Amino acid sequence: MKKNWPLWEIFVRSKNGLEHRHFGSLHAADAEMALENARDVYTRRNEGVSIWVVESKHITASNPENNGELFEPAQDKVYRHPTFYDLPDDIKHM
Amino acid sequence: MNKDLYKYILGLADNCLILGQRLGELCGHGPSLETDIACTNLSLDLLGQVRSYYQYAAKLKGNDVTEDDIAFLRIEREYLNVLLVEQQNTDFAYVMSRQFLFDTYHLLLLNELQKSHDVTLAAIAKKSIKEVSYHYRFSSDWIKRLGDGTSESHQKMQNAIDALWTYTDELFHQTEADKMMVKQGIGVDVTKLKETFYNKVSDILLEATLVVPESKYFQKGGKHGVHTEHFGFILSDLQYMQRTYPKMQW
Repeated sequence: MKKNWPLWEIFVRSKNGLEHRHFGSLHAADAEMALENARDVYTRRNEGVSIWVVESKHITASNPENNGELFEPAQDKVYRHPTFYDLPDDIKHM
Repeated sequence: MNKDLYKYILGLADNCLILGQRLGELCGHGPSLETDIACTNLSLDLLGQVRSYYQYAAKLKGNDVTEDDIAFLRIEREYLNVLLVEQQNTDFAYVMSRQFLFDTYHLLLLNELQKSHDVTLAAIAKKSIKEVSYHYRFSSDWIKRLGDGTSESHQKMQNAIDALWTYTDELFHQTEADKMMVKQGIGVDVTKLKETFYNKVSDILLEATLVVPESKYFQKGGKHGVHTEHFGFILSDLQYMQRTYPKMQW
């Protein structure tokens, strides 16, 4: 058996109505095997109702070196958070 | 106690126990982390099914006999599993071939057992069939991958299928107890599953570009408690704790 199967990222929907969430990654020869492996590795304790798999190489990630220009400009702009409204008491779950 | 029913339950359960034990031996030794976990999952599914069967058998037996007594404290000749499930984990092709041949049979069997007049057995079958459907999907998938893989994986898979083929016919043998259970509408008439079994197996083997063995020489004995030379070694592993520390609880 080939030792270096490609890496896959696994996303699991915990229950209907919730979004798929990243659960982890594993190795598999192809998508079908990735689904079976994900089922065995991540969902045998009733964790999910749906699985997505995507080969890790298809994910484009931002470069941590660019964190300054990407994210820091937002740090001093607190007005971008909607925290300056007085909410009536009757409104719940905000 | 209905002795035939008791024996019939052991026949069903011991297959799962011994195959579960064999798969359990792979824990930490699988070819990759993912297949290691998958094989252990198969094992745990089977052991879960075993508990349901043995709890039922223990109730029939009475006299404070427990499921553990039945699992751990019988002698070799009292285990009634087929020879197929006790075969060694020679390599991953053997593990998957053994699994595939058993799963194909197991799925057909449980499908019929759901209609049993015995409500407990019917309920166990109904609960187990979803697990076993996945086992079948998993093992038949591996047969196709390795059979239709590289020339080396193809050869290894063919070797394993050829070697294990001799244990397939026994799956469809009936003991006297089995026949009694069929007569009473409790047991499954396995002789009727034989043709479907070989058709289904052949379809997958052909899809996997493997050759369906033509050998007509078959081994038997497990259903009567006559096992292959591997069995004593399995029992020494399986029974060690209960024999050394009687009544030990986890």
